[in-house]
Amino acid sequence: MNSRAPVLTMHQLAPLSNGANQNIATRAAYGQALLELGNQHQDVVVLDADLSGSTKTAVFRKAHPDRFFNCGVAESNMMGTAAGLACTGRKVFASSFAMFATGKAWEPVRQSICIPQMDVKICASHAGLTVGEDGKSHQMLEDITLMRVLPHMKVIVPADSVETAEAVRLAYETPGPVYVRLSRASTPVIFGDEYKLELGRGAILRDGSDLCIAACGVELAEALIAADILANRNIEARVINLACIDPIDVDLIVNSAEHCGAILTAEEHQIRGGFGDAVAQVVVRHHPVPMDLVGMDDSFGQSGPASDLIRHYGLDGPSLADRAETLMQRKES
Amino acid sequence: MALTREEATQIRKVALEVRQDIVRMVHAAGCGHPGGPLGMADFMSTLFLQHLNLSRDNRLSEDRDRFVLGNGHTCAGYYALLAQKGLIQREELLRFRKLGSQLQGHPHRNLELGIDFSTGSLGTGLSVAAGMALGARLNSWDSRVYCTSSDGESQEGQIWEAATSAAHWGLGNLTVLVDFNNIQIDGPMREIMDVRDLEAKYNAFGWHAVTVDGHDVIAVDQALCAAKETTDQPSAIIAITTIGKGVSYMEDTSAWHGVAPNDEQLAQALEELGAAVS
Repeated sequence: MNSRAPVLTMHQLAPLSNGANQNIATRAAYGQALLELGNQHQDVVVLDADLSGSTKTAVFRKAHPDRFFNCGVAESNMMGTAAGLACTGRKVFASSFAMFATGKAWEPVRQSICIPQMDVKICASHAGLTVGEDGKSHQMLEDITLMRVLPHMKVIVPADSVETAEAVRLAYETPGPVYVRLSRASTPVIFGDEYKLELGRGAILRDGSDLCIAACGVELAEALIAADILANRNIEARVINLACIDPIDVDLIVNSAEHCGAILTAEEHQIRGGFGDAVAQVVVRHHPVPMDLVGMDDSFGQSGPASDLIRHYGLDGPSLADRAETLMQRKES
Repeated sequence: MALTREEATQIRKVALEVRQDIVRMVHAAGCGHPGGPLGMADFMSTLFLQHLNLSRDNRLSEDRDRFVLGNGHTCAGYYALLAQKGLIQREELLRFRKLGSQLQGHPHRNLELGIDFSTGSLGTGLSVAAGMALGARLNSWDSRVYCTSSDGESQEGQIWEAATSAAHWGLGNLTVLVDFNNIQIDGPMREIMDVRDLEAKYNAFGWHAVTVDGHDVIAVDQALCAAKETTDQPSAIIAITTIGKGVSYMEDTSAWHGVAPNDEQLAQALEELGAAVS
């Protein structure tokens, strides 16, 4: 275990001087990163299932039409096709909405991608509550569970546009199946130009020793807001980013449990089997401390603007701060 | 080019040896699926001996042909044919389904052994084969992709997603051989869930489809040659077979879909298949 967990430097974080940071959807960053990857590497092939405008793979299609195949509204067949293409030496990026890519097509992902360990990167957009108005049929809240349970599948949930570009690079460089979870809604840019995402490594964005808030995806920005609120209440929270859920950064979680004595997880996903569960498994096995899990608690979502939904279900910064304070009381008792 | 008399004789001889291996393997494992592969042995032997460009020497070369056993439970016959081609050691055949064996109960991708892909869950194979065919074309390889399926497997929706896309992409380098024996686990396919006329269905989906007697190696060879000549659309060969072919008590019954013969039944099967019983 590393004795000292490093905190990200100024250059690894986005500058705060320009006030409200720019908001970019991770799916938009995906489209751009995929285009650049395709420009650099001839072995990249992209599949989509009739959602290329929404998942942003259309950006790649326009530049490399010979290496883009639209599979139509048939996600299971898309995953099988991706596996077959990977058998011919291609690195295949397959995109759709998270609901369909991981839900409808779960079985071919298990049978034809994970069992034979094919070089297929499932980059799914419109994950989580922040899909918004489309409602519960499209708000995929179980994909982290469905993907992290599969042997050989790596799971990455980037928090912003910079980390998304890093996730795409990492997915390309990592042999075998990778799942990258992307969002529809625009979210703040958190990371700076020098930020590097490593497989199985998290990062401390802000340090503190009263408790640790572990987050991924859109919840990372909320966790940072929560830490500001808590600071005003004289509670110093450490905020860690665990974009890479599988493999997860065991060392950083154990270090945070030792250093802070309590961990709150935040995810835009069911807490059953999801991100918080992944953190809890590490805590339970290596260094038990009081924990609480913020996320969807055995409930589907509903239609509404993304920011309203985040507040309604208690996933916003102020709600996280309150849950953190309650958790602190368990730590002291 | 039609099969010579000698080639046809050789294919029939190999098919008989494959059938003997199937009953020996399933008997040794104490479980497995003898009926399906016994029915497929004639068309599979025709494919493997006369058409599939796969050998010990080229098994790792990029532009070899590829094969996906869509109905993965029929793998005893597939393994026996890979042994015939020198890709699997004969001793390994009797370790089929044992702990630590490379010959899993359903195929697991192992390029050293010539096993191109993992299958077992019905419906998944044809999509993968279509992806391989698409990739081969993208790479400008001459390789062809062959996939097996069955009448029962044609009840899976993913088969028709794959059939749609393969035709849409004009994958002339893809051929599916559908084992049509009218038997599935729970009984006669016509009673359980009738898939009706698969030749008409594949034709309607945009494939070049024909129906042949799956035990007539000359007819199967002709269909495979016609598939090669069809370059602008994928080909489907509906092979009418008798499940359990060659072992009287296994023929045309769902009872032997997934049951192993006992010692006595093995002896009778081998005798009927003309093997010297040791």
